[in-house]
Amino acid sequence: MFKKSVSAFILFLLTISYAYGDKVKVGMITTLSGGGSGLGIDIRDGFALAVKGEPNIEIISGDDQRKPDIAVQLADKMIQSDKVDIITGIVWSNLAMAVVPAVVNQGKFYLSPNAGPSLLAGKKCHKNYFNIAWQNDNLHEAAGGYASSAGFKNSFIIAPNYPAGKDALTGYKRFFKGSIENEVYTKLGQTDYAAEIAKIRASNADSVYFFLPGGMGIAFIKQFSQAQVDLPLVGPAFSFDQGILKAVGNAALGVKNTSQWSKDIENAENKKFVEDFQSAYGRLPSLYASQGYDTGKIIVSAMANASIKDMDAFREALKNAPSQGFKSTRGKFSFSSNHHPIQDIYVREVVEEDGTLTNKLISSGLVDHSNFYVDQCKM
Amino acid sequence: MSLQLFIEQLLNGIQFGFMLFLMSAGLTLIFGVMGLINLAHGSFFMIGAFSASFVAGLTGNFILAILASLIFPALIGIMVEFAIIRKLYERDHLDQVLATFALILLFSEATRYIFGAFPLFLDIPNILQGNILLPGEIVYSKYRLIIIIIGLFIAVGLYFLINRTLLGIQIKAGQNDRQMIRVLGINISRLYTIVFAMGAALAGLAGALIGAIQSVEVGMGEPVLILAFVVIVIGGIGSIKGALIGALLIGVLDTMARLFLPIFFELIMETSQALSLGSSLASMSAYLLMTLVLIFRPTGLFGKK
Repeated sequence: MFKKSVSAFILFLLTISYAYGDKVKVGMITTLSGGGSGLGIDIRDGFALAVKGEPNIEIISGDDQRKPDIAVQLADKMIQSDKVDIITGIVWSNLAMAVVPAVVNQGKFYLSPNAGPSLLAGKKCHKNYFNIAWQNDNLHEAAGGYASSAGFKNSFIIAPNYPAGKDALTGYKRFFKGSIENEVYTKLGQTDYAAEIAKIRASNADSVYFFLPGGMGIAFIKQFSQAQVDLPLVGPAFSFDQGILKAVGNAALGVKNTSQWSKDIENAENKKFVEDFQSAYGRLPSLYASQGYDTGKIIVSAMANASIKDMDAFREALKNAPSQGFKSTRGKFSFSSNHHPIQDIYVREVVEEDGTLTNKLISSGLVDHSNFYVDQCKM
Repeated sequence: MSLQLFIEQLLNGIQFGFMLFLMSAGLTLIFGVMGLINLAHGSFFMIGAFSASFVAGLTGNFILAILASLIFPALIGIMVEFAIIRKLYERDHLDQVLATFALILLFSEATRYIFGAFPLFLDIPNILQGNILLPGEIVYSKYRLIIIIIGLFIAVGLYFLINRTLLGIQIKAGQNDRQMIRVLGINISRLYTIVFAMGAALAGLAGALIGAIQSVEVGMGEPVLILAFVVIVIGGIGSIKGALIGALLIGVLDTMARLFLPIFFELIMETSQALSLGSSLASMSAYLLMTLVLIFRPTGLFGKK
């Protein structure tokens, strides 16, 4: 009897290790301290929630402090001494540009839970690079489309003077059919917009589009509302995120913003994610958290279908994850040929629910939206 | 461009200038009197904003929040002066830079530990929301006008403090000859503590006033600190008058450059290039002015020869 149960137990262990395959080491490089750390913490927490209870995933975390040189050092250390198989986590495009090419060229996978610079979608795309969030232009394109459909004819558009800011306004203009009253580039990190808001008030614009991530956006929305300029404001989801809405307050009420995710998208996966996240961390999840979560779930799905030891099989498993068991919190999700999402991008409105400011879906802006750079990518 | 818009932008520049003045007044006094380069001055800006946000959240009273933004940074300033800064006066500038840079990291991470990584909420009181109609059909933000008025009061107050009080005479004496006032029997360490606390309180006040229209987050003080250093270099290190003139110069120049440079370049080149070049040059304008001043007056506009 004893012998029987021991051998049954051993058999059981063998089956488990077969079913789960080999161990995967994931390097999580993200911003955990200083300015912008709210975003990195959300990505890390979302990812950890997705892989909780997976015995064969080991996470090694590192704080990049939002500095490219530190991110590069972390990546080197993770590849050379920790021997990770996959790296993920980077929030900012400039850090991604510094880290991703080196990682994928050393035969490791990089799964981006946020940054999607156009170069990595186009000319510098790579078979080992997957983006789970969006290509940088996507949300702005949806905003341009929304502004046209809302009947706006003449937009005042504003972004910081750096590559992602220019990509943003290009994306908006690509889908906006009206004319551009004025295009303003501000200093990166600028937090006083009195001069720009005076310009907006004096202009003939009928709408304002802004891409000002982080504290810049908080400052802009507050000052725009305090100046009582009576024009509709449109922005990407980054400035209307759960963490940011708390700091902006009622100034954000009623503003339309575009996002690939919202906590009220109706599907079982999303419902479970929002509930689990709240009970695990005691706060509402942000879109960054949802992107981290989806990244974790894609890895889990690929591990069920292939071993990390076989790079080619694992790559196929990642690419086909959406049809092999991976369900995104956003609902419909698949990869384009340059490994970026094909997904719906929604329009949301900032509303007050039980005393908390949050977002409500109002329409789907762009359906099955891919990206502009597919043709430039030769893999 | 209408005259009204021009004057509105001029006021915006002046308001920005007074905010810089609150930061640089403390910085220039601390350097002038104690010979200390205090990189952690931006941290007091942040501490002021966080104290105000905390008290406003607790009481809902903006006046109390502003008081807190003066008191907390001053108290923390006194403690830090006692524990750390005091040991740095006799050391060289490199040691001071290293130690006060370490203080920045300590303050930032401590603040993040206490308040979390997400920005806090601080809004201006309802009564100051919106605009006021000034003579000549000029529409201007009530709150920004209040900032200008507070800045003016502080400038006048500092003028009287420096020129009409015993403490002011000691401060001036300290700037001129540190050894001498020690020999004259003045309690120099008490004077240093007072000056340091005063600088911290002014930075805290600036942080709270600005925090209400911007975002209250970790690391918000450092960008302002850099401009404050530019201001005191232009104004002449140690001079309050220099700090005031320098701050107003930078405030107005920065605002006007943001407004006019893109328009100017559009006259001579294609729009997208003009926008990009204009905004890049505008963000450099303060530093260009500093370079010019340093070439022609290496000690700053009101600095000692």
